[in-house]
Amino acid sequence: MSDVTIPQPTRPWQRKRREQVRSGATFVAMAILAFAVVLFTGFAGFDGWAIVLFIISAIVLFIKGRKLSKKERKNALIQLLIASAATLAFLPWLSIFASVAMKGLAGFRINFITSDMRTTVPDDEMNMGGALHAIVGSFMMVIIASIITLPLGILSGVYLTEIKGRFTFLVRFVIQSMSGVPSIVAGLFVFTTYVSATHGPTAFGGALALGILMLPTVARTSEEVLKLVPEELRSAGYALGARQWRTTLMVVLPTVRSGLTTVAVLGVARVIGETAPLLLTAGSSTALRFNPVNGPIASLPIYVFGLLQIGTEYAVNRAWTGALVLMIFVFGLFITARKIGGKDKR
Amino acid sequence: MHVVHSRGDKVFRGIVTAGAMTSLIILGLIGAFLFGRGAQVFSQYGLKFITGTNWSASTEPGIPNEFGMGPMLVGTVIVSVIALTFTVPMSIAGALYIEFYAQPRVKKLLTALLDLAAAIPSLIFGLWGIQVFTNIGQRWASLLGNRLGFIPIFNTISDNYGRSPFVAGCVLASLVVPITTSVAREVYSRTPRELIDTCYALGGTKWGAIKTVVLPFGKSGVVGGAMLGLGRALGETVAVYLVLNLNFRYTFKILESEGGNVASLIATRFGEASTEELSALIAAGFVLFLMTLGVNMIASAIVTKTTRS
Repeated sequence: MSDVTIPQPTRPWQRKRREQVRSGATFVAMAILAFAVVLFTGFAGFDGWAIVLFIISAIVLFIKGRKLSKKERKNALIQLLIASAATLAFLPWLSIFASVAMKGLAGFRINFITSDMRTTVPDDEMNMGGALHAIVGSFMMVIIASIITLPLGILSGVYLTEIKGRFTFLVRFVIQSMSGVPSIVAGLFVFTTYVSATHGPTAFGGALALGILMLPTVARTSEEVLKLVPEELRSAGYALGARQWRTTLMVVLPTVRSGLTTVAVLGVARVIGETAPLLLTAGSSTALRFNPVNGPIASLPIYVFGLLQIGTEYAVNRAWTGALVLMIFVFGLFITARKIGGKDKR
Repeated sequence: MHVVHSRGDKVFRGIVTAGAMTSLIILGLIGAFLFGRGAQVFSQYGLKFITGTNWSASTEPGIPNEFGMGPMLVGTVIVSVIALTFTVPMSIAGALYIEFYAQPRVKKLLTALLDLAAAIPSLIFGLWGIQVFTNIGQRWASLLGNRLGFIPIFNTISDNYGRSPFVAGCVLASLVVPITTSVAREVYSRTPRELIDTCYALGGTKWGAIKTVVLPFGKSGVVGGAMLGLGRALGETVAVYLVLNLNFRYTFKILESEGGNVASLIATRFGEASTEELSALIAAGFVLFLMTLGVNMIASAIVTKTTRS
């Protein structure tokens, strides 16, 4: 039986290396040609180059496809259209990542995260002042918001997966609709109920507004996480004589401990960049503050927003650096969530 | 499975139900409080609050206030519609590309990029919009204005195209695209594989399969995703505030450097508002709340229906 050869699977549909190289080379050639056209005609800038490239690729496609049937030519043309539109959809984000990284790093000095703006005006050089007060303020608010919102959101998730009571549909629907409440409306609500009733903007007011915006995210993601708990675990809990509350608290919730951490992290990532509600509820300050219930407090988004309003050169540079720090926080939280979330699947 | 509930269970179920009800209560309270604070404005101005064109808070005691949010409301809709005009085709193309055209490795990368893009705070879109994109958008706008100026909405009086509803709409589109694209992708990925393979087996091309199977299958899901995006666009504050030049006048010239936006109105006027103006702003917030809630309820009904079946 030793002469039996196991046939290796072939993949006839996969493009051969030579074809890949050739299509890559064609693309580069077209890109260079487009660049040449941009240099010598009225088209200008990156967008002009992209349009020229699009037209050239369409022409090349027609030349290459002259032997194909009409149907196949149409297929190829639409593939080009879809790929171009998709590129157009993805380009803004790449542009955002690139500009935030470059302009943000250009103005970054270590004092940006070690000092506040107490003795610095926005027009000062970048080696003076920083955003420490804003970073601390932002973290204070998201922590308070999490303390208030996480239990409520997780309870909603437990209701939807464990209790499945009469209101299941209603609760799910309300959570979905609530995720569309404009952030400024949440700010207005906290303003009318809390901020104007007490003495003006505070970190706690800001945290309440952020909590409202966080709740739908937390509820929805914790439902998703709890759904992953196998039904057998619950049955095993009941079989051991545990009531539903014990099964939920001692079997179901501990099973998804890391999943629930992901929920918390995603909730924080959702609200840490919110600007509009904090404008109405938390105010701003130039100095480091730690009291959550007395006096306005700075936050990273408001810091960036305020500097943009000023609009002078150094203020805008500071705003970009603030945006970079904010982006790092958001993406850091996102990546953490993925890392922790990945553990559950094993 | 029937579980007999002990007293402990009843307490537990009560607590969990109460916790789950908070979102309902908060949503109700938002509506009630905003309406309560705005009620006086509604009764004083009536329908004129919605249709009126003038927003002026008097500083002297003799002159009466005048609050009408008409141009802002119309402006909000205009900017959102411009955003959706770009968003819908781009999201469909993006979702189709990720699901059906991209190589596995590229697909993974783009899906991750999509998730990440949905997490970018709107403030950063605004920052990018005013500092980076405005130059490009202005060029596109002037191109449109010069070539298609004979169409009323592309007509302009001045030569200033920056801070126009068109540019704001483009920025808003880039903000909404991640949301609609991920919904569309989700729906398209549920297309039954057999149906697509049947198309290929009958000699159809990829586009043939997409046109006859994928697009009809995902239609209502994409509509729901677009509505979700619309809700987001209507309520967006900072991204529009930073890019758009607010002006109290009904205008349908989308390339002109003036426009309206309810959320930005609230953000602009809030700081120095008198008590009466504050009530008017809260009333405007209530209108915005109703608008987005309506759009969102329809959207979530559609999305839930299509992704469950």
